[in-house]
Order: sequence, then structure tokens, then C-alpha cells
Amino acid sequence: MALLDKDRIFTNVYGFQPWNLKEAQARGAWDNTKDLIARGRDAIIDEMKASGLRGRGGAGFPTGMKWSFMPKQPPLDQNGNPKPSFLVINADESEPGSCKDREIMRHDPHLLFEGALVAGFAMGARAAYIYIRGEYIREAEVLFAAREEAYAAGLLGRNAAGSGYDFDVFVHRGAGAYICGEETAMIESLEGKKGQPRLKPPFPAGAGLYGCPTTVNNVESIAVAPTILRRGASWFSSFGRENNKGTKLFQISGHVNRPCVVEEEMSIPFSELIERHCGGIRGGKDNLLAVIPGGSSVPLVPAADIWDAPMDFDGLKAVGSGLGTAAVIVMDKSTDIVRAISRISYFYKHESCGQCTPCREGTGWMWRVMERLRTGDAHVEEIDMLQQVTKQVEGHTICALGDAAAWPIQGLIRHFRPEIERRIEERHGSLQQAAE
Amino acid sequence: MADRYIEPDTPELRARWGNFAWTEANAAKAKEIIARYPEGRQRSAVMPLLDLAQRQVGAEENTQGWLPIPVMEYVAAQLDMPIIRVVEVATFYTMYNIAPIGRFHVQVCGTTPCMLRGSDDLIDACRARGMKKGATTADGIWSFTEVECMGNCASAPMVQINDDNYEDLTPDRLDAVLEALLRGETPKAGTQDPARHTVEPVGEPTSLVAMRTENHDYRSEW
Repeated sequence: MALLDKDRIFTNVYGFQPWNLKEAQARGAWDNTKDLIARGRDAIIDEMKASGLRGRGGAGFPTGMKWSFMPKQPPLDQNGNPKPSFLVINADESEPGSCKDREIMRHDPHLLFEGALVAGFAMGARAAYIYIRGEYIREAEVLFAAREEAYAAGLLGRNAAGSGYDFDVFVHRGAGAYICGEETAMIESLEGKKGQPRLKPPFPAGAGLYGCPTTVNNVESIAVAPTILRRGASWFSSFGRENNKGTKLFQISGHVNRPCVVEEEMSIPFSELIERHCGGIRGGKDNLLAVIPGGSSVPLVPAADIWDAPMDFDGLKAVGSGLGTAAVIVMDKSTDIVRAISRISYFYKHESCGQCTPCREGTGWMWRVMERLRTGDAHVEEIDMLQQVTKQVEGHTICALGDAAAWPIQGLIRHFRPEIERRIEERHGSLQQAAE
Repeated sequence: MADRYIEPDTPELRARWGNFAWTEANAAKAKEIIARYPEGRQRSAVMPLLDLAQRQVGAEENTQGWLPIPVMEYVAAQLDMPIIRVVEVATFYTMYNIAPIGRFHVQVCGTTPCMLRGSDDLIDACRARGMKKGATTADGIWSFTEVECMGNCASAPMVQINDDNYEDLTPDRLDAVLEALLRGETPKAGTQDPARHTVEPVGEPTSLVAMRTENHDYRSEW
């Protein structure tokens, strides 16, 4: 059964109506937020845990549990004063294929601000920083303007929304670095440094922004919170399979007839998502080659495996990939599949922060080999060597960018090795012919 | 990592930018920005201040704006930071231009989702106008960069020119945008597909039909 419009959280996701406070309130945002907060920290966190919401930024960590890691009693600084806690909202949406947080921020920013207050209260935070990627210039302008509206209406700031809780929200613009989507790199960047990830532990909940307890959450995870609290955990968890609950913004790009962003229930089969909302695969179902179902960091899945797979964390894990941010990149049979993955390798080479050697050197090396495989200018043994090198990068870096660079290549070799070998043979054949 | 080269610190550069200072409006803006961060943590403001400075330089020379070393020093002094920490930030984040730039910075997204939808053709269209990757045309109007994913994948391919995105492009639609810019007009930003509003599926709606005509409140149906 299809998700009904009344069960969609982001009703203005296409921006047919204004984003402003008055219209957002008419749609249900900021509706008696005071009562949500009056339930208390523990009740809010319990409700979020019961809803089964898993983080929407890619890793899928249970959101309620993440909030519960924040200290109940603030730790003291060296002068014996209590340290403030912070909520950092990750709006550095840069994963190739992902374009959902942009629609939330430019078309329904008040859902995000209300969520920031509720989440910030639940974790005892003093303030929230929304870290929006620098390229989202117009989107940031909407956030700044919506923030002004919320302050003018007394919904943020002192005694926010009449709750008796003081809470500030600030918007911080990035400046074009994919790596700042990693939570500790984001914290470094917020502190005015290069965005290079920190070693963990200490985890941000212990020592994050300015050395204070910090939780970093994705925009979508925060923006859905008020609706979940209003409608109840059981409503949210009525969608999707066990362990994969809720509704989700899917972003479908590439070779479908009608690419779009759409909110659907978790676990919707791939075929249904594509047929219902995207007008099917370009050239029909039989023209499908492969799909990257969760943004560039996850391995591709060949057509036969993806067609009936449920679009959720476990369903895509079962076909050797992942849900990631639910950024579905569809490739039909006209695609130069080696080039498509090689372009992703170039992306990681470009975005490596340069801190860890396996990633800094490895991403460039892997891209250069991928480019040779693309033209067939390689030896067959180099496919195995590339596979081994991806294994040496994966798991040997501070953050997951090294893993993210390795997985798409591993997926390509796993599923399209014959195609790579064909290119090598073809090129060698033509060289031999030329020599004769 | 990205290959980038910083504009050398020369006497000419110092003569031109050595006495850089905020305009009155930007001085107030800088103060407001610094107040967003806790006391003693003013270094957090380095990114927004560099952006502000880049925009002021751009306004002065009618380009997208860039960051000469003396301007970085000015920001460093205001935030009480060693200059090298500011240079580190300016060189790390690719949106800070660290060498002179043209009037319009045409940034074509070439990452896989855009590539699948035809960004190669957009790059060819730019080349046909004499643009070269990583360079500014001799007349100073176009700077051309192939950038990484801009997060507009459901309306790919796209180009960002200075502050605006142009989505759902074809070479013809891109040409129309560039021509309009040349004429000094402000082309409509966002999708260039006349049948599309933002990122909904083009054609028959598949969801949220009521929202198209009215600010519908679904709560009564809960």
C-alpha cells in the first residue's frame, strides 16, 4: 500500500506553498511545541526510541539512543563551572546522489527549527548550530530568514515557544568540503579550522564542539522529530519492516523517466518506488543495468538483485549494499559503468582531506588505475591488485572516507569484472592488430 | 585533494589590497557574525568572515570575488588568529577563491548523477564558448570549473553560477542562461524545465496533489 499524503511529514517538499512561518504553522509546524517540551527529557527520548527512527544521514544509528548518550549532569570545566552542551545539525549534504535536506531547508525550514528546539531540549543542549554546506547559498538565505521569523515570534531564544527553556539556533555556512559531513570534521570546521576528522574516542557526546558534550544529527532526523512526537511512536513505526521503521525521503536520479525527491515508507520495494513515482526506468525495466541505492559511498547492485529488494537498511545490506541517505542513482544499459564508478573515485580523490596517508595517496592511486581500466589500458592482474589496494585503504583511516572510496570499486569488481576484462582484451586485441 | 594554487604575495598585490577594510555595512555584519559564537571562540567566525571578505572584494572589482593575502591578514587580525591558520582555512575549502576570478563563475557539476544526465554536453557547450577548465576567459567574464556534487541530483544536470543554481539543463537551456547573463539580465534560477516547479516528478503528480493549489492542512485527516 502506498504512503498516503496525510502520512507525509514533509508536505511542502516541492515548495508549491511558501516556507514562511505563517504558512508553516497552518500546515501544522510549531503547533503547541510547549506541550511537547512539557513531557520532559526522558519521555521525549523514550518516544523517539520507541518510534524506531534510525539516523537519516547514512549510518542509520538509532536517533533516540544517540540523544540519550548526552550527559544528564553537565561536566565541569577546570574552574568548576558546568559546561554547556550543543546540538550540531548536519546540513552538509554533499554525498553524490543526495538532495533531500536541501528541499527540507528551502521549503519547510520551520520543521527543522522546531525539531532543533525539541531535540536540543531532550539532550539538554544550550544551543544548536546548523552547519549548511556552502554551495547551498539560497537555501542558507531561507534558513537565516526563517530563523529571524522564529525569533521574532518568540519560538526560539529566551523562553523558547513559552516552554521556559532558553535555546538558541545559529546557522553556519560551510565552504565546499565534503569531508565536513563527517561529524568530528564538522566540529573542527565549526571551530574555525580545516575540516579534518578527529580520532574517536573521545566521542562528541563526551567532548565535541569547544570540548563540550555535542550531538551531531542529520537534518531529516531532526525535522521529523516533532511530527513523531505529535502523532506518536506507534504511528511512525507502523511504516516499514522491523528495525527499519518510518517514512523516508528518497531521491531518485539518473536514468529514470522522471527523477524526483519523494517521501515514501521505508521498505518499499525498489520496483514500486521507480514505477510509481519515477515513471519507470528509461527504456523499460529490461534496460536497467545497475543501481547505486544509497549515495556514492555504497556499492552498486546489478539489476537482477535490486528489482525486488526492499529499500531499507537491512534489505539493501542483504544485496551487498546499503541504504545510506536513500539517494538512488539509476543506471541503464547505455551507461559506461566503469566510467560511472571511476568518476566517483575522482570525487573521493578530490574530497580526501589529506590527513591519513592510505586515503590521501590511495584515492588518487585508485582513480588513476580506474581510469586505465576504463580504457582497457591495463593488465588483467591489475584488477586484483586494485581490489587488494581497496582493502588496504578500507578500515585504515581515521574516518570512513577511505571506506567510502573503496566500496564502490569493490562493488564494480564484484559485479562487472567480465566487463573490465573485456575492455582490456579488446584494447590488447586492437593493439596486436595494429602491430601486424 | 584538489589542486589549487594561491596567488603569490607581491608588492603589486599589497599596493592594491594592503589597505583593505570592511565597508560600513560589512563591519556591522562582521560584528553580528562574531556574536554567533561563544565568547573567546571568535575563531569560529573565520569561515563566514572570509566569505564576507570575498564578496566585498568581488563587489569592488565586479567579479565573483577572491581572497588576496592582505585580505586574509585583515580577517586574521580581527579574529586574533595567526595568519597561517586563516590561510589554511582559505586553501582547504574550495569555495574560497585564492586567485583572481572572473565576473561569472560557471561551475558545472560533473559528478556521476549529473554525468548520467548529460553534464558532458554542458562542459562541451562551455568549451565552445572559449571557456577552459580552471581558467578565466581573456575578457574576464567567464571563469569555468568542473565541481563535485552540488546536491541537485534529482534535477540534474546543473550549473551553479555565482549564487544561483540552474537545473534540468540541456546545452540550449544553458546557452539561454549564459546569454541572459551577458545581457545583464537575471535569468530565473532553479529548474530550467518549463514543465517543472522544483524536484517533483515532471508531469502527472504522484503525491501531495492538494498542495499544488492550496496550503493544505492534512491534520484533519490524521
